[in-house]
Amino acid sequence: MQDNIKVGMADYKVSSHPGVLVTLGLGSCVGIALYDSTTKIIGMAHIMLPSSKIAKTVVNEAKFADTAIVRLLEGMIKLGANKRSITAKLAGGAQMFSFNDSSDSIRIGLRNIAASKEALAELGIPIIAEDVGGNHGRTIELNSSDGKLTIKTVGFGLKYI
Amino acid sequence: MTINFNEFNNIQLDVLREIGNIGAGNAISALAKMINRKIDMSVPKVKILEFNKISDMLIEPEEPVVGILLRMTGDLTGSILFMLDKKSARLLVNMLFGFKESASEFFDEMEMSAIKELGNIMTGSYVAALSMLTSLKVLCSIPDVAIDMAGAILSVPAIEFGKMGETVLFIESEFNEGDNKVIGDFFLIPDVGSYEILLKSLGVIV
Repeated sequence: MQDNIKVGMADYKVSSHPGVLVTLGLGSCVGIALYDSTTKIIGMAHIMLPSSKIAKTVVNEAKFADTAIVRLLEGMIKLGANKRSITAKLAGGAQMFSFNDSSDSIRIGLRNIAASKEALAELGIPIIAEDVGGNHGRTIELNSSDGKLTIKTVGFGLKYI
Repeated sequence: MTINFNEFNNIQLDVLREIGNIGAGNAISALAKMINRKIDMSVPKVKILEFNKISDMLIEPEEPVVGILLRMTGDLTGSILFMLDKKSARLLVNMLFGFKESASEFFDEMEMSAIKELGNIMTGSYVAALSMLTSLKVLCSIPDVAIDMAGAILSVPAIEFGKMGETVLFIESEFNEGDNKVIGDFFLIPDVGSYEILLKSLGVIV
């Protein structure tokens, strides 16, 4: 059994087969899991914010949905993945706290989801499954052998998509 | 508007540490009065982290914890997060209710409300001390409670921070209650622009 590769917050990682990519404790952040069924190359990004356009300087491209997904795809192609057979799964984008006063920051989860979908659509990558929204955290694990995404939660059990 | 936290000098870090010390000290003495016990506090840590290291900082990022989060507004903006592991929260709730010997992992409505109030009083004391020390006017939002993975909870204030910077600065204070091992953490997370205000108010040149 190979070691799991950890993907931190504002980070992305790719792996060839066999490999497992894990990101722990997704809150309002969104985890984007890409899988190429022909080469079994996998990639995962853990984005914090929807768009790099809101930042004055973009130092870390992995922080934003729009830039991270592009980089992630490039990384997978570099490893030999075929763009045409790559599919995506999304998880995260929860609202952890239900503040009633602030407006923008509470919807950050939803905006992260929307921005991720938009970025994937622009690249022509189909989303085949998702487990997004709600108000609970998620840990996700992507396995290269079948592209299965395991989602662990506190109190909402285990889920496979 | 970018501050490079890695360039903070020792005096600045000391001042931030001291702010954490006084704030948490005040909060913890409020708690000690409420439950009528003695509570020990460790010296606060000032941590500067890149985002992808946040989950490494937590010993168990997937462990469910109770998080109480408030937004600060006024002269100073930022977040205060008070985090308790579930066992500690249960112990505190039992102590607060006096007669309880419950070991349940779940909290009913009344208990959740008690946790919220506990967080309210503690973070309120924290902010009061902060405000007194710096002569800055700081207002607090109503606290919000979430029980979930530590990593997911900590990501909420981290995202706020991510809008401006590449690293996040936490002032972390830990405390524990005698034999019962109530372990909790305070995180004071000023917004990026507020560091200068905070340090200046204490006469430290930025």
